[in-house]
Amino acid sequence: METMSNIQIETKKLNVCYGKHCIIRDVNIKIPAKKLTAIIGPSGCGKTTLLKSFNRLLEIRDDVRISGEILVDGINILNPKLNVPDIRKKMGLLSQKPYPLPMSIYDNVAYGLKIHNHVKPEKLEKTVKYCLKESGLWYEVKDRLHEPASGLSVGQQQRLCLARAIAIQPEVLLSDEPTSALDPIAAQQIEKLLVKLKKEYTVVLVTHTLRQAKRLADHVIYLYFGKVIEQGPADEIFNNPKNSKTKLYIDGDIS
Amino acid sequence: MENIDKRNLEEKIFKIIMIVSILIVIISLIIIIGIVIVNGASSLNLEMFTQTAEGGLYLGKSGGILNAIIGSIILALPATLFAFLIGIGIALYLQRDFTHPHISSFIRLSLDILWGIPSILYGIFCVIIMMYLGIGESVLFGIIALTLLELPLITRGMDEAMKVVPVGLKEGAYSLGSTKFETAVKVVRRQAMPGILAGVLLGLGRGIGDTASILFTSGFTDDIPTSIFDSTAALPSSIYFLYNSPIESVRQKAYAAAFILLIIVLLISIVSRALSKKSVKYVIK
Amino acid sequence: MDKRKLRDLICTKLMLIITISASILFFLILFTLIFKSGKILENYSITDLLFSSTWNPGRNEFGLFAIIIGTILVTILSLIIAIPISLFSAVYISEYSQKNIRRVIRPFLDVLAGVPSVVYGLCAFLFLVPIVRDFIAPAFGVQSTGLCLFTASIALAVMVFPIIISLCVESFTAIPLELKEASLSLGATKWETVKKVIFRASAPSIISAVLLGFGRAFGETIAVSMVCGGKPDIPSSLFEPVQTLPSLMASSYGELMSIPTRESALMFVALILFIVVFIFNLIGFFILKRTKRKWKT
Repeated sequence: METMSNIQIETKKLNVCYGKHCIIRDVNIKIPAKKLTAIIGPSGCGKTTLLKSFNRLLEIRDDVRISGEILVDGINILNPKLNVPDIRKKMGLLSQKPYPLPMSIYDNVAYGLKIHNHVKPEKLEKTVKYCLKESGLWYEVKDRLHEPASGLSVGQQQRLCLARAIAIQPEVLLSDEPTSALDPIAAQQIEKLLVKLKKEYTVVLVTHTLRQAKRLADHVIYLYFGKVIEQGPADEIFNNPKNSKTKLYIDGDIS
Repeated sequence: MENIDKRNLEEKIFKIIMIVSILIVIISLIIIIGIVIVNGASSLNLEMFTQTAEGGLYLGKSGGILNAIIGSIILALPATLFAFLIGIGIALYLQRDFTHPHISSFIRLSLDILWGIPSILYGIFCVIIMMYLGIGESVLFGIIALTLLELPLITRGMDEAMKVVPVGLKEGAYSLGSTKFETAVKVVRRQAMPGILAGVLLGLGRGIGDTASILFTSGFTDDIPTSIFDSTAALPSSIYFLYNSPIESVRQKAYAAAFILLIIVLLISIVSRALSKKSVKYVIK
Repeated sequence: MDKRKLRDLICTKLMLIITISASILFFLILFTLIFKSGKILENYSITDLLFSSTWNPGRNEFGLFAIIIGTILVTILSLIIAIPISLFSAVYISEYSQKNIRRVIRPFLDVLAGVPSVVYGLCAFLFLVPIVRDFIAPAFGVQSTGLCLFTASIALAVMVFPIIISLCVESFTAIPLELKEASLSLGATKWETVKKVIFRASAPSIISAVLLGFGRAFGETIAVSMVCGGKPDIPSSLFEPVQTLPSLMASSYGELMSIPTRESALMFVALILFIVVFIFNLIGFFILKRTKRKWKT
């Protein structure tokens, strides 16, 4: 049995409601550090909402109510006294569809850096180059760094978003079905990157394809309509699920 | 100061700037409403509504603005009607069933540009025609000028209302055997009705309130017109000609006219907004 | 051909005729104005008319320069006031305000857009003119009647608010939420997201809003003529009277329509107005259409 070493993210009695409708109900989970945790479950059951609660992105809408605790490295990030941009700095977000910012490739990657630190141009260049290399995009774009990012293919854009996310040196990488909009080759590239990156970052991956979860996950959380049915190490969940509902989902899901 | 504090401070400062800005906008309107009410309310009495101005254009000390009220009605209502009749033809034509997208883009752009033309130019255009035909200031050309003015506004409004009718609905009607025109009229019109009404109302509001286009075309008199070749007063031209009068009671007439105009505008805003909300409900998704 | 099909054909053709006529209307007006300007262009060259600064039709002097400058001054000054206020208001409405506040502000903007220009003029006359005359101008050490460039610009700015605000709000809210989320998730504050992402993504729409606002302000006749002072000279201070092209047309109509040369001069003024407003509106609407298409996919 694998021991859960470091817990990076932990939620206690987390509830997320829009008006009267509660999407996340009484969720208590633990996400281990520097591993890839997959959040699985049927579509529309709150996986993305749970993910976006970790970097407090849900608060963009003014009708959302969040209660409970989300502890990141022991600190409750829902504490209203905390600076939200600082919290978000710790988390990188990779969305379903890549959304490059309306600027050049270089500026996209440098965006976070420029905001948070007064970085010297040379150091900035180095970091941008590093991030683009890490996300496997460098050799494809090194000659057109200052062209608009919108000119890239979808697969390239997603890798750009990845480079952009790791440029701010987050501790956690939140990925929301990052390959669902990509062709198989590009999807494979992203998956390879996620596996590579989990050595340095805690990766939380929302996916609705079980195969992907089986391929990549170290740890799994099964979320069913806002409630956690089961969570644990990957081979436990996939091979020996304790909950009958989990077994149903794993067996029944063809993909 | 730490970086994050600086950034938060910058945000706070700009937030204050934003709130000041929106307050300026809101307060401007409040001031406008306030001025009109304060000055207009005191001048309102039964006389104002039921009597025409007496004693001459600028010097008439007694009487009311009945001539202006009636003038506005006989100018704006027919103009809105004509603009609607012509406009509905154009708007229906613009629905995709009939034309290629390029032609309809061009027509929509033309309408937008016509909408942006200052109303005084419509007035001058009509004056040129009037001079050519030898007709003087008249109700007839006031109506024509207002029709031209309202046409782009109403047409575009109806066009926008009809555009949102889902294509599937129209296709469904085709398959049941209606001809192109019948479909267009029945299906589209019903779905878009509230939006169409809203557009017509807004056009009416524009027509009632516009001064420059009727300045030279319908002129200004104290009397109620008896034929379409008579000139006539109207609410906006009353304000324009009387606001500066050295005589208090004459100015009162301008204020009363402004008051009435403002009420009309407020009513139209409320009703057309309510209609727009209704059209959202009706549209079958 | 059965009756329904025949009726269909007639109606379609009729609509086509009407629609074509509407599109032609623009050209009709243009050519009529050009034609009517012919008379004055026989005797004076365009450069004379546009660049000499004395306007005195009684003495056959038709220099429009001062009036053109006056129009430009009033328009640009009003935009300088209106653009920041409108932009920041639009940002507030679309990004910072609660739903309830937005519901209240909407009707305000609708009404503001619907107020007739003569009512704007009246309010400017009753409210702004005394304030400028009795407080603001003296504060600058200047004597003024209150009927001046300053007053006209402020009145115009308020008239332009609804146009710019509503176009900008429409543009800001059309930006996909995920793009804003992308910026925020990198640790940017909301304001930084506005600065670096929203403004950039909306830049074409903002430009078109400004252009359309310019067209509106340039062509505004009644309100301006009520408070600008109507003096066809280049003002040497903010508090001196000024004259604009549309205001000139409104106020000198009577005297100018008598004699052919003078009438033609007026038509020429109308022509200039028509062309300038047309160009700004054309570019503005064109950009607007292209950006609307952008976010559809």
